[in-house]
Formats: sequence, structure tokens, C-alpha cells
Amino acid sequence: MAEPSPGVEIRTHTMNFGPQHPAAHGVLRLVLEMDGEVVERADPHIGLLHRGTEKLIEYKTYMQAVPYFDRLDYVAPMCQEHAFALATEKLLGIEVPKRGQYVRVLFAEISRILNHLLNLTTYAIDVGAITPALWGFEEREKLMEFHEAASGARLHANYFRPGGVAKDLPAGLTDRIAEWAATFPKFIDDLETLLTENRIWKQRTVDIGVMPLDEALAWGWSGPCLRASGAAWDLRKAQPYDAYAEMDFDIPVGRNGDCYDRYLVRVAEMRESLKIIDQCLRRMPDGPVKVQDNKIAPPSRGEMKRSMEALIHHFKLYTEGYHVPAGETYSVVEAPKGEFGVYLVADGTNKPYRCKIRAPGFAHLQSMDRLSKGHMLADAVAIIGSLDVVFGEIDR
Amino acid sequence: MSDSLAALGGQIEAACPDAVIGTAVAHGELRVDARRESLLALMRTLRDDPRFAFVQLMDLCGVDWPARPERFDVVYNLLAPVPNRRLRVVVATDEGMPVPSVVEVWPAAGWFEREAWDLYGILFEGNPDLRRILTDYGFEGHPLRKDFPLTGHVELRYDEEQKRVVYEPVKLTQEFRNFDFLSPWEGMTTLPGDEKVHRG
Repeated sequence: MAEPSPGVEIRTHTMNFGPQHPAAHGVLRLVLEMDGEVVERADPHIGLLHRGTEKLIEYKTYMQAVPYFDRLDYVAPMCQEHAFALATEKLLGIEVPKRGQYVRVLFAEISRILNHLLNLTTYAIDVGAITPALWGFEEREKLMEFHEAASGARLHANYFRPGGVAKDLPAGLTDRIAEWAATFPKFIDDLETLLTENRIWKQRTVDIGVMPLDEALAWGWSGPCLRASGAAWDLRKAQPYDAYAEMDFDIPVGRNGDCYDRYLVRVAEMRESLKIIDQCLRRMPDGPVKVQDNKIAPPSRGEMKRSMEALIHHFKLYTEGYHVPAGETYSVVEAPKGEFGVYLVADGTNKPYRCKIRAPGFAHLQSMDRLSKGHMLADAVAIIGSLDVVFGEIDR
Repeated sequence: MSDSLAALGGQIEAACPDAVIGTAVAHGELRVDARRESLLALMRTLRDDPRFAFVQLMDLCGVDWPARPERFDVVYNLLAPVPNRRLRVVVATDEGMPVPSVVEVWPAAGWFEREAWDLYGILFEGNPDLRRILTDYGFEGHPLRKDFPLTGHVELRYDEEQKRVVYEPVKLTQEFRNFDFLSPWEGMTTLPGDEKVHRG
């Protein structure tokens, strides 16, 4: 019989995490080099959800390109459309009427809450708490109904179009939103009682995946992740678009840049979003919701049935679309996950020449190796949750 | 706004005269065209010079202009949170000439350069990990080039006999319809009633 070896030798080994692991938030394949239970190197393999969105957009008119943006970050679809609409409007040189801007800001903030609800609660599932998800999805369902009431669809809204929004809000919707907004702070409080001071939650997230500010900037971070590292940087304040310049809200900032701070920042952002929603509802002006130029925004259905001119406009818009003058722009919005940018190159035709989509999650996930090095395997899961990755936008 | 951007463009040109080909301001955005050879020095200056302080590379992407001798543009969208400015740097290249990688200036460039390599076949010299990133394992070609067909060259299906997913050349049941909206009458034949217009 062989002698037992004097010591246990642990070799590094490679482990495959995902692509069908529930904590992979979609289709992340993470190749981990492990030294026992400790991560030595993380190599995310992305692209399993690549659909060629940018290529497809080059073959579609500007109006047909909008729905592709819903399918990027499907958790907060309207914010993506917002960036494309702003880019196209910039090249067209048009400005959206005030009411249109307010409706957009209102729904951008609803989308932000939708996103944070999903992220925070699934993040909690990853770390072992299932109740927040059960509660959070109920609230999400209410918000989805607002999406549906405004746009006709729960997820693929196609609502923010270049020139404004597709249609005005139905009667009574603002009252329903206001009713919901009055109840929501109570929900955030309840959610916080489950997590914020929870001993297990804090053990799993405090001091995990710490990102110092200078490195966060170098890695191209933005949004809540960057703010958790201590930068008071918010595009809604710094480079305001639509009606954000008229809104009064604060930028929550973290101090340590760890997973716990990223959670706290998102919770605080939901409260700030409520403030903006409240201001939008109170100050919502009357008037048109899209530019009154039938070369860009379609005429109303009723008008189309009566006026030959309107019928021609409608037909031309939905077949040929509008031609956008040659030029290029990089337009950004503060999407719930960070800076969502569209680099749009127009060549004077009715189709974009190039439409590069800058997804915040792409830059965040890239720093996964930096964040998880030296942490335990279970911490890597918490880090992925705290980064708020959605593969629709990362893989495009 | 555009005056201060033009002034910034002038400053950048003065700081790196041999790297800058030209600057332009359009739609309230500053664009700097740069030379490939001295790109790295320009980028370092843009990041480290306190007048510029572009500490963030937000986006990097390729653009294909097949008619040009140097068919690709590499577009860098930079951001300076303080003093809150954006800048676009553009360099031109072709299929063979590598662009110096800016990974050591901004680590964020790593994946963005991999993406530009994957989708356009633009080479980046100095990127330590220039693998494909978005397309499938074993993919051939660079799909965002203008001469790459929208439908691709291959399609997938599950093969019951081999018990695995197999690639096959793409077969379209219907021709891909790409309408030419620039000359809407070009392909139009004479409609009934229009004979007089088209005669002789």
C-alpha cells in the first residue's frame, strides 16, 4: 500500500461558470482559473446573445431601427430608445415639444426604477435572499402596466421615436402613476428592512469587489457603479437632455466602491427617480408630444382618413422614411446602468450608415477580472450581480 | 459652446502638431483627425495634460468606408468628467496596417479593440489579447464590413444524425429585399396609363 502523501497539493484548475447558470444573469460564460476556492483569473466570454443589431440597423430606416433598441437592455427598454432618438434629432436639427420631453423623462425614470428593481432583487437572489425578488416583481408588474398603457407593449415599447414619443398618454394614466408613486416609498422602506442592515447581506457584499475611483474611470465605468466609487457624475445633471435641466434631484454617491455601495446607490436612486416622476406629473405641460412636422412624425390616424396630404405623408414615412442629413454624433443618455451612447453616422440617406451602440455593461463586465481577482468563487457571483449586467446590451 | 470647442481643438493641435491632421466642430461636438503613427503620444497627452484631462475612454469603434484607400476609421469617444467635455478622435487605417493599441492608456480599450477586430478586422498593435469577442467560436469573416452580406454566409441547424449543431451555407427561401430609395423610379416599369410619358 502506498504511503499517504505528506501534504495536500492544490493545483490551479479552470472552471466554467455559465453560460446557463442562473447567477450568470443571462448568457455569461465565465472561465475562471481557480486556486482552490480563490479566483486567480476571470475571463468572461461574451457574445452568446449576439444578434448583429448594429448590422441590422444599417439596413433599416431610422424609424424601423427604433425597436431594436428595446431588445438591447430589455430590462429598461425606453432608455435605449432615448439615446437613439436624441442622436437622430441632433442630426435632423429638430427639438421635441415640451410635453414630449416631459413624457420621455417620466418614462425614462419609470424605466430606471424598473431596472433597479430587477437588478437589486435578482442580485439578492444570487446572494441567497429570495423574498426581495418576490416583492420586487410585483412592483415591476405595476410599472409594466404603465408601459403598456402608454405604448401598447409591456416590453418592446417602441415609444420614444425621433421627434418625440409615439403617442400621447391615455387619459387617467398620470393619476394612476401618481397613485402608485405615493405607495412606492413604503415599498423601498420594506425592501431596505430586508437587506440594508441584514447581517448575511452585508457579509456577502461589504468590501467585496472594491473599485477605487481612479481605476473606475480608467475602466470606462459610468452610472451607479461609478457613483458608488465616489464620483458625483450623472449625465442627467452634467450634460442634461430633454427636460432634465428643469428637474430637481440629488446624485447619490458611494464611498467605498464595493458591492454594498453599489446596492445602496441604486436604492437611493430609486428614491431620486420618484422625485423626478413627481415633478414631471405636477408640471406636465399641455401641447403636442412630437414635432409638428409630418416629414418626420406621422400625422394622426384621424387626419389620415380625411386628408390626402396626410395619407401621402403617412405612406412615405412608413415606406421610405425620412432622410437624415450627412453627419455624425455621439449622443448619450444616463441609462439605469450607466452611460448608454449611440454613435450615429448618417450619409444623407434614409438609413443610418453606422450605428455603434455603446453599452455601459460592456465596460463594466470587462473589469470583471480586475474585480474578482483574489476573491472567493461565491464573491464573483455577488460582483456580477452588483455590476448589473444584461446581455441584450452587452452582446448586441 | 462651439467657440470654446474650437479653442480646445486649437489647443490640442498646438500640443501635438505632428499628430493632428485637422479639427472640426459639428453639432456641438469636437472631432480631431489624427495620424496613426503618433496616435499613442496624442492620447497620452489628452489624458495626462491637465488642460485636457480626458481620463475616460467611453467608446471605441470602427467605421467602414470601402471606397476609400484606407477604408476604416477607428473612432475614439473620450470624456473628461472635469471640466465636462467630450472629444472624438478619428484615425484611418486599412485591412493590413495595425493601429497602435491604447490599452496602456485606458484599460477599457481592451474589449473595445477586440470588438473592432472581430467586427471589422482592424488590427491593434500592442493589444495583449486580440481575440474575437462577439461572434461565435470559429467564426470566419468580419461581419460589420460593408461587403459582408447581412444574411451572413452560413446558418446553423441541429443535425439529428450527428447529434450536434452543424453549419451549412445559408439558403434563403426568398431573396433579401433591399429597396433603393435614392432613385425610387429607377426600377419602375411603365405603369398602365403612363405609356405616353415613357414613349420615345
